[in-house]
Amino acid sequence: MNPFDYIRTTDTADAVAVLTERPDAVFLAGGTNLVDHLKLGVTEPGLVVDINGLDLTDIEVLDDSGLRIGAMVRNSDAAADMRVRRDYPMLSRALLSGASGQLRNAASMGGNLLQRTRCVYFQDTSTPCNKREPGSGCSAIGGYTRYHAILGASQDCVATHPSDMAVALAALDATVVVLGPHGERRIPVDELHRLPGEQPERDTILEHGELITALELPPPRAGRSTYRKIRDRASYAFALVSVAATVDVDDSGPKPVIREAAIALGGVAHKPWRARAAEAVLRGAEPNEKTFLQAADAELAAAEPLEGNRFKVQMARGAITTVLTELTGGPESKLDDTTEDAHE
Amino acid sequence: MDHPLNLTVDGQEHTLAVDPRTTLLDALRDRLGVMSPKKGCDHGQCGACTVLVDGRRLNSCLALALSHDAAAVTTSDGLATDGELSPLHRAFLEQDAFQCGYCTPGQVCSAAGMLQEAADDAPSVVTEDLEAPVDLTDEEIRERMSGNLCRCGAYVNIVAAVSQAAEESR
Ligand SMILES: Cc1cc2nc3c(=O)[nH]c(=O)nc-3n(C[C@H](O)[C@H](O)[C@H](O)COP(=O)(O)OP(=O)(O)OC[C@H]3O[C@@H](n4cnc5c(N)ncnc54)[C@H](O)[C@@H]3O)c2cc1C
Ligand code: SF4
Ligand code: FES
Ligand code: FES
Repeated sequence: MNPFDYIRTTDTADAVAVLTERPDAVFLAGGTNLVDHLKLGVTEPGLVVDINGLDLTDIEVLDDSGLRIGAMVRNSDAAADMRVRRDYPMLSRALLSGASGQLRNAASMGGNLLQRTRCVYFQDTSTPCNKREPGSGCSAIGGYTRYHAILGASQDCVATHPSDMAVALAALDATVVVLGPHGERRIPVDELHRLPGEQPERDTILEHGELITALELPPPRAGRSTYRKIRDRASYAFALVSVAATVDVDDSGPKPVIREAAIALGGVAHKPWRARAAEAVLRGAEPNEKTFLQAADAELAAAEPLEGNRFKVQMARGAITTVLTELTGGPESKLDDTTEDAHE
Repeated sequence: MDHPLNLTVDGQEHTLAVDPRTTLLDALRDRLGVMSPKKGCDHGQCGACTVLVDGRRLNSCLALALSHDAAAVTTSDGLATDGELSPLHRAFLEQDAFQCGYCTPGQVCSAAGMLQEAADDAPSVVTEDLEAPVDLTDEEIRERMSGNLCRCGAYVNIVAAVSQAAEESR
């Protein structure tokens, strides 16, 4: 590990100011991704600014009855918060499906959002990687691509974003609150992460020195929601494909009709993939298998799988339709993750 | 440059100076001679380094020691009182929950942290009703202990040991 300096700060403005002054400084939250990268030589900062002392650990109900979760709330605490379990079960379950009990106790909300890809070449400094070393090439293309993207990738990078939590946040239309050198800004979570394009070294639109202070969830939505993760082993593994979905069905007419649907996919792209084409097919349609397959196919039409991940297209298609079938299966269908219909 | 660090480990207070690169695991083992937590992967992937920090289970290999200045660290050794094994330790012995024993201190600390989480009714991803009290079935134990790998494959007996300890603590 390269030597670095270390300071601990208890003031958000101070944390931002220190980073703004030092281009070679990084924030340290739970450290479960950063410390790994320090060991691997993936990141070589001159200064580590420890933000574990920042007062960003509250979970509060907002005036509009949404929820604000501080950036330093630990993943395990957010998942266990009764308001999250009751009103945003999809988020609770996405958090609980990530990493392990120990890691979730350390991992913060801000750090989880900004964790970097698990692409094996990105983590191995002996191989070319455009994300780690711009212009050096992409070792994954033509290499091991089981965990890589099928949507929105570029010639320069085919990596995926590994966070489960971020997929749920995308489906929930969460907002990321950021403090920077020029004050506060609010970013829809769907706009936080970038597609790789020609600049895969940039995971997000954040500028150096910007500090995530909180995540804000809109008021709980009507309908049912769930998070489903498919992986190579039953636990403690990253997603091959995951689906976060909420569906609200209007049962008042002669035939049920989908009033609203929000879907996001994980494990398929450089960012949590909001499936807007699928949502458009679902909105106003009758909830049945044909509709669900049409929705999945509308989204996956743009898929460009690689040699090692062709299976993901079929896997995503199956995951989307299975989740939608369960969510619209009526009260007798066996479902853990339901938010009861909040419509009057 | 070295920075001062205060740690209470298994009830004993220590003051030392560490390079910022020092992980909590290396501070414990290399600087304080506390050999109970083990280094398996050093990347958060095996759980052998699990300790309790202020009562919560953490992977000490991915924590910078300085981040935990003034913390109280409990290792598996520290769960024994006056040389008496804890009920959790005894459950591991009685259920034959290890072979080489390398993963065991991490398993024990993880189990201790996990039993507290379950007692606090924190759900897991296999909990069917997220709002209901936790029932520590074998499936729940397997999921909640998944952050601890055992190269000897003693998993079946580890689940039995944790289940026994959970029963006894009720
Ligand atoms: C073995 C293993 C398995 C895992 N499995 C999963 C999994 O299945 N699913 C999953 O989703 N995740 C998984 N993870 C990843 C884990 O969830 C992340 O490492 C964790 O969420 C990162 O949070 P942290 O607080 O530890 O971040 P850190 O490591 O402290 O920081 C990560 C990055 O975010 C930056 N940062 C942190 N906080 C802020 C902030 N407030 N503002 C601005 N920048 C900030 C840091 O500078 C750094 O660049 C796994 C990790 C390991 C080691
Ligand atoms: S996919 Fe992206 S992260 Fe992986 S080697 Fe290619 S450029 Fe690097
Ligand atoms: S040594 Fe820490 S998890 Fe393996
Ligand atoms: S008993 Fe040998 S690794 Fe678990």
